[in-house]
Amino acid sequence: MSVSRSTSSRWGLRFLGLGYIAVLLIAPLVLLFYKTFEDGLAAPWEAITSSDGLHALKLTLLTVVIAVPLNTIFGVVCSLLLVRHKWKGNWLIDAAINLPFAISPVVIGLSLFLLYGKQGWFEPGLAEAGIKVLFSTPGIILACIFVSVPFVVRETVPVLQEIGTEQEQAAETLGANAWQTFWRVTLPAIRWGVAYGVVLCTARVLGEFGAVSVVSGNISGETQTLPLFVEKNYENFNLPGAFGAAVLLALLALVVLMAMNLLKRKEAA
Amino acid sequence: MEAHAANSPVAPPRARHFRLPGVGAGLGRGYVVLWLSIIVLLPLAAMLDKSLSEGVGQFWDQVTSPAAIQSLELILVCSLIVVAINAVFGTIVAWLLVRDNFPGKSIVNAIIDLPFALPTIVASLILIQLWGKNSPVGIDFALTRLAIVVALCFVTLPFVVRAVQPLLIEMDRDMEEAAASLGAGGATIFRRIIFPNLLPGLAAGVALAFARALGEYGSVLLFAGGKSDTTVASILIGQKIEQGNEVGAAAISIVLLLMALVCLFVITLIQRWGTRHERSQVNLAANPVITGATPQKGDERE
Amino acid sequence: MGISVEGANKSFGDFQALDEVSIEVPDGSLTALLGPSGSGKSTLLRAIAGLETLDTGRVLIDGEDVSTKPTQKREVGFVFQHYAAFKHMTVYENVGFGLKIRKWKKGEIRARVDELLNLVQLPGLADRYPSQLSGGQRQRMALARALAVQPQVLLLDEPFGALDAKVRKDLRTWLRNLHEEMNVTTIFVTHDQEEAMDVAGQLVVMNQGRVEQSGSAADLYEKPANEFVMSFVGEVNRLGDDFVRPHDIEIVRDRDESTEEAMVQRIVALGFEIRVELVLGDGTEVWAQLTRGELQRLELREGQIAYLRPVHAKSFNGSAPSNSPGASTPQGSTDGGDAEVTAAA
Repeated sequence: MSVSRSTSSRWGLRFLGLGYIAVLLIAPLVLLFYKTFEDGLAAPWEAITSSDGLHALKLTLLTVVIAVPLNTIFGVVCSLLLVRHKWKGNWLIDAAINLPFAISPVVIGLSLFLLYGKQGWFEPGLAEAGIKVLFSTPGIILACIFVSVPFVVRETVPVLQEIGTEQEQAAETLGANAWQTFWRVTLPAIRWGVAYGVVLCTARVLGEFGAVSVVSGNISGETQTLPLFVEKNYENFNLPGAFGAAVLLALLALVVLMAMNLLKRKEAA
Repeated sequence: MEAHAANSPVAPPRARHFRLPGVGAGLGRGYVVLWLSIIVLLPLAAMLDKSLSEGVGQFWDQVTSPAAIQSLELILVCSLIVVAINAVFGTIVAWLLVRDNFPGKSIVNAIIDLPFALPTIVASLILIQLWGKNSPVGIDFALTRLAIVVALCFVTLPFVVRAVQPLLIEMDRDMEEAAASLGAGGATIFRRIIFPNLLPGLAAGVALAFARALGEYGSVLLFAGGKSDTTVASILIGQKIEQGNEVGAAAISIVLLLMALVCLFVITLIQRWGTRHERSQVNLAANPVITGATPQKGDERE
Repeated sequence: MGISVEGANKSFGDFQALDEVSIEVPDGSLTALLGPSGSGKSTLLRAIAGLETLDTGRVLIDGEDVSTKPTQKREVGFVFQHYAAFKHMTVYENVGFGLKIRKWKKGEIRARVDELLNLVQLPGLADRYPSQLSGGQRQRMALARALAVQPQVLLLDEPFGALDAKVRKDLRTWLRNLHEEMNVTTIFVTHDQEEAMDVAGQLVVMNQGRVEQSGSAADLYEKPANEFVMSFVGEVNRLGDDFVRPHDIEIVRDRDESTEEAMVQRIVALGFEIRVELVLGDGTEVWAQLTRGELQRLELREGQIAYLRPVHAKSFNGSAPSNSPGASTPQGSTDGGDAEVTAAA
């Protein structure tokens, strides 16, 4: 405010920064919507509501519904562990949680492929039990869990650190046991952090492509999630199908962005 | 946040007070370790195993084949270029979001996270629509190395912006005013006061962006494709899987993974360096790149 | 370098921070801007420094109108409440910052920084980082940094606000001594009236963006212009329209025409002074300040009836203090009527 900034440099920065964003982020997104509905709603709608399209949508949503809650529970438990219990091995857990950030999605897919594949370590046991992991829904879910492991933890940890232990100690002096303290004191205090983590986790699962591509075999109508649907249709020159699904995913992404924005404000308040 | 953690009364871990309801810390730890093992560590172990399954020699051959080396070099160089570009533009954008006021600012602030929320394959699709054969502005550089760079810029921008932004928000404006009262002009103030205090966040954001860029797959797949001169490491790995060359795929994956792990390690070092003089609170656990949250101006005064 | 502010007005949105403010700060003086939060004192100080721009009005330093000059060019030294230390630089680099910008040679910078560190009594700490210093040390470093470039004017914004009480008192004395040595025109902002009266030669009392009164500590205390100033610079009792200082309330055992009846509610011993809380017949609560000797002589006890006589009451509503027997007080007086009050019992 008080540090003088000349008008020309201010507009120069605006031009550079906003121009960059307009060209890099906004233009392609706008074009997507334009291209998709350029010839009307009919073609994209048909593509989405085709049996393959609907199946892809259902599969994607199913994955979200399973993977996100599992990672949420893990996230909350893990962050409680990391923040409230000092343990020598915590840094290892911390490092392991960071791993999915560093690994390419194809590598994730490959590693799952190798673990559960024909010569994989689990293979004999799984074959006996009749569980098919690869080229099937379980594999997809495992891949999505892998890539989204860190989010809830990463969001909850700083919030837990911030609130400190005083409230929990107060609850204990008032007679609450561990479960009551957690449920009535801790959880409400961290809920916005957790919520934000859940949103990030959901976004990641919805959009996962590379890992799922490897483990699922991208079999239309069977193991094809919505992102895979986009790719398959594009490669088969079925542009309306690809665009339709892409727009749907983009809309979901925008919903996610709005949720993120809302929660950021709640978290700050 | 760190200030608070440092000042809060330290309750020494009392063994009998379990913060994990209903179960002990031991059981909780067991669950966490088990989950991580099954989900993350075992698959990676299986991959390591596979890569060496035909011997170290074969591992080495796969990794040093011309195609492999070229793909690794390509992604390394492109990632370096991309993080350099985004270091500059990301800082500018963060600056605009914190220090400037313009109509639509909150929309821009939200849209920064778009690459994060959007599936990478959709990113690839929309990029090729705009800059490909059917480009409405007649610019076509799809399936070129430039396309790789643009795709990577797209997906890694939020990392830098969200790493710099909170540091700018929390920055002690008094320092800038003090510098002004001592005679420093705008550029000097940025160079000597603001930038050094942004550096830890910027470095962390850059390192994360780099790690992400190294492994990026979906967004380059359609846009840059797998032509001989645009095959980055991740695409090569995908090709080898399709060809059934699992050992090769695993070997190159291990190398790629190691490169990214070095990045993560560097981030930890940066974190330590950043808090060395208490100059800025770079707490990776709260790193908005990962968390996405923008902390408010906290009270760091003691 | 005298400083003048003429007709300063500044608003932040709907909030009027400065309202037709004009002050004169004599060359070489040590002036305090005193007032509660929101009174505009910091805004005024920052406007003098150029860290805020006035909506209307002028700032003159040594006769020159600097209202349009940016902070960089005004050559003012500014010290912040929370030190504003350059966290990423050593103490040496902090203090030498202004000199480095002015492109002094390394040897010259070294000499000057050493000189200043000795002046502020921080020798040998040149290579430390601010985070390794205590609050008081950081503030002294900030002062050294501001003085390094030999500013015409030194401005301090609640410089001791972030420090412990003891450190605050020490630095207060130290600042006064420093000023005597350096003789730079100095203005500092505070909400602590004791601090202002202890340190400054001239005080400017502000309230809600306006200057209420300016003058020496004695002037303000003995001849307050209005109720606000009187109650801000010292303790005050309100008796009807009149205002009386606690040490101006005399307690006597026997009633006469000049006394009022009151009941002793509470006697508190605060160090060497005694505070006697009383309540009048009409319910007004009053407290008087006594010495131990006086208390013993009066043999007062809680619950007892006593008689008070205010000496030196002041009234600000333009008429003579109530019950004064025809004492001639100028109409619309703003310097307070001063008379003995006789009670209408």
